[in-house]
Amino acid sequence: MDKFTTLTGVAAPLPITNVDTDMIIPKQYLKTIARTGLGAGLFSEMRFKEDGSENPHFVLNKPAYRKATILVAEDNFGCGSSREHAPWALLDYGIRCVISTSFADIFYNNCFQNGILPAKVSPEDLKKLMDDASRGANATLTVDLERQEIKGPDGGVVKFEIAEFNKHCLLNGLDAIGLTLVKSDKIKSFEDKHNTHAWA
Amino acid sequence: MAKLRTLYDKIWDDHVVDVQPDGSCLLYIDRHLVHEVTSPQAFEGLRMAGRKVRAPEKTLLVVDHNVPTTAEARSHVVDPESKAQIAQLAQNASDFGLEYYDAFDKRQGIVHIIGPEQGFTLPGTTIVCGDSHTSTHGAFGALAHGIGTSEVEHVLATQTLLQSKAKNMRVTVNGKLPAGVTAKDIIMAIIGQIGTAGGTGHVIEFAGEAIRDLSMEGRMTVCNMTIEGGARAGLIAPDEKTFAYLKDRPKAPKGAAWDEAVRYWKTLHSDEGAHFDTEITLDAASLPPIVTWGTSPEDVASIEGVVPRVDDARNDQQKAKIQRALDYMGLKGGEKIADLKVDRVFIGSCTNGRIEDLRAAAKVIEGKKVAAHVNAMVVPGSGLVKDQAEAEGLDKIFVAAGFEWREPGCSMCLAMNPDKLAPGERCASTSNRNFEGRQGFKGRTHLVSPAMAAAAAIAGQFVDIRKWS
Repeated sequence: MDKFTTLTGVAAPLPITNVDTDMIIPKQYLKTIARTGLGAGLFSEMRFKEDGSENPHFVLNKPAYRKATILVAEDNFGCGSSREHAPWALLDYGIRCVISTSFADIFYNNCFQNGILPAKVSPEDLKKLMDDASRGANATLTVDLERQEIKGPDGGVVKFEIAEFNKHCLLNGLDAIGLTLVKSDKIKSFEDKHNTHAWA
Repeated sequence: MAKLRTLYDKIWDDHVVDVQPDGSCLLYIDRHLVHEVTSPQAFEGLRMAGRKVRAPEKTLLVVDHNVPTTAEARSHVVDPESKAQIAQLAQNASDFGLEYYDAFDKRQGIVHIIGPEQGFTLPGTTIVCGDSHTSTHGAFGALAHGIGTSEVEHVLATQTLLQSKAKNMRVTVNGKLPAGVTAKDIIMAIIGQIGTAGGTGHVIEFAGEAIRDLSMEGRMTVCNMTIEGGARAGLIAPDEKTFAYLKDRPKAPKGAAWDEAVRYWKTLHSDEGAHFDTEITLDAASLPPIVTWGTSPEDVASIEGVVPRVDDARNDQQKAKIQRALDYMGLKGGEKIADLKVDRVFIGSCTNGRIEDLRAAAKVIEGKKVAAHVNAMVVPGSGLVKDQAEAEGLDKIFVAAGFEWREPGCSMCLAMNPDKLAPGERCASTSNRNFEGRQGFKGRTHLVSPAMAAAAAIAGQFVDIRKWS
């Protein structure tokens, strides 16, 4: 997993509440057995028309935002299904950071497994960042994970929340399974007791 | 005095393997359900790292999302990607030595229906699956939630998950449900009240007379849609109904082990006075049959209600949300719910694909005909549900009324298989999500109970099931 330290890039505004994972990556893309290549399906029902051509009104199809690496969205981003294809699609497209006031729990966890930073900010700060993002390619944001800060094009700085452990893993690109396997002895001794129960 | 604990606290405490400095815990996982869509990359990860499945006996594989629901199409899956994904699950079962129910196994069905049926789901256990509706199993007093594919791989490799403890929320539903109002209406009313992010960061325990009065099937419906209220897990304390449901199931404990298990399960309830961070109360007697009007499960309305207007919005953000939902759903705002005509009816899914759901629907349609302009289908949740329904003659009632009677699977709940809405089609669905595109590109979903869906199929539009004759 790639480390996440700082990121400077174009932020695309997505002023939609409850962006669900069906919207992020519709089910027809879930039939893959690979983790890569899902960027082609990112937001596809909004991004493409029925004939497969691009919908010019969708933000990521506008010239200023085609190379966006940050998304700014309204409350409860990533609700719905547990599909990790949602963060895989974001990552494959090139999005490394999503900024919102709140995230659905499963999506939130899935981001950390893939080196994506879900940054939670206050409603007031989200409004500011949404305005910044609306100004297009000249208005880049800089996200600094170590300092938990997002700097806007005018130099304004907003803070975001993140749990210490999640931050540590992102900063160092740590693999969760590797970390857990270090504790194999503890798992074994737990199992030795737990597995004697009739219901276990 | 020992600290007063909630049901969630108790199950959590019993599964902590290790506590990290920041308070997050390595939690032991007792049961892992695996399906074809969210697992291929996890098994591939194991292969690449040369890792094995730590506890094959705690892992159960079933194919459900992709499988076609007609007998003919099931034998010859034409979609090459679906076919590959199904084949990959079989390959992974064989390579890693795991129990697997294929599409022709009588025990096959939607992963959240077969777990309880087999007695794989047990009170007090921790259960995960790469599927958000894993919350269903909470109906048995199991701590059960959906996980992503990386976590599927983590559980396969270590039989544990790294978790931060959620907050405790209790939703108490007092009183008795009116005739015609069901478990589905209870959970949709709750989501309407707390919102689709209302339970984020919480585990919700459901309590109160109306919950206790529900059958196990009804309790599963309630817990199933907990995720639509933002909470990854729902819980209902196990009781005699739970034990009666599980006794003699193939994977449930037997003999002395059963007795020991029941003794333990009886301790699984929130202590009197235990602390809940959030408490919500509903009155069952005041609940109407519910129909969703928009593109989020929180967009609920009474069957007697109207579709909201943009002008009803409290702020700009809400205005934009209502406008977007109305545009997608082909509505203007202000229409009476009972005037909405449907093109399709879907009865099935892990929310409402159990025997009780099929009985409720069959009772409504017996001796009647599906409206000429409506295409209606019933997809039993599992092979065993299908067999039971056929033994009771329900299939004949459905077919005589003009419903299609299908093979088990997830089907048009998420339309990964050939069952899907055409653009613009309006569907009364017993499933769990009305998101844009969920049941097919530009398809329009209204979530309802099985009885309400059945009545809509006959009438060709939504009707108040309380006035049905």
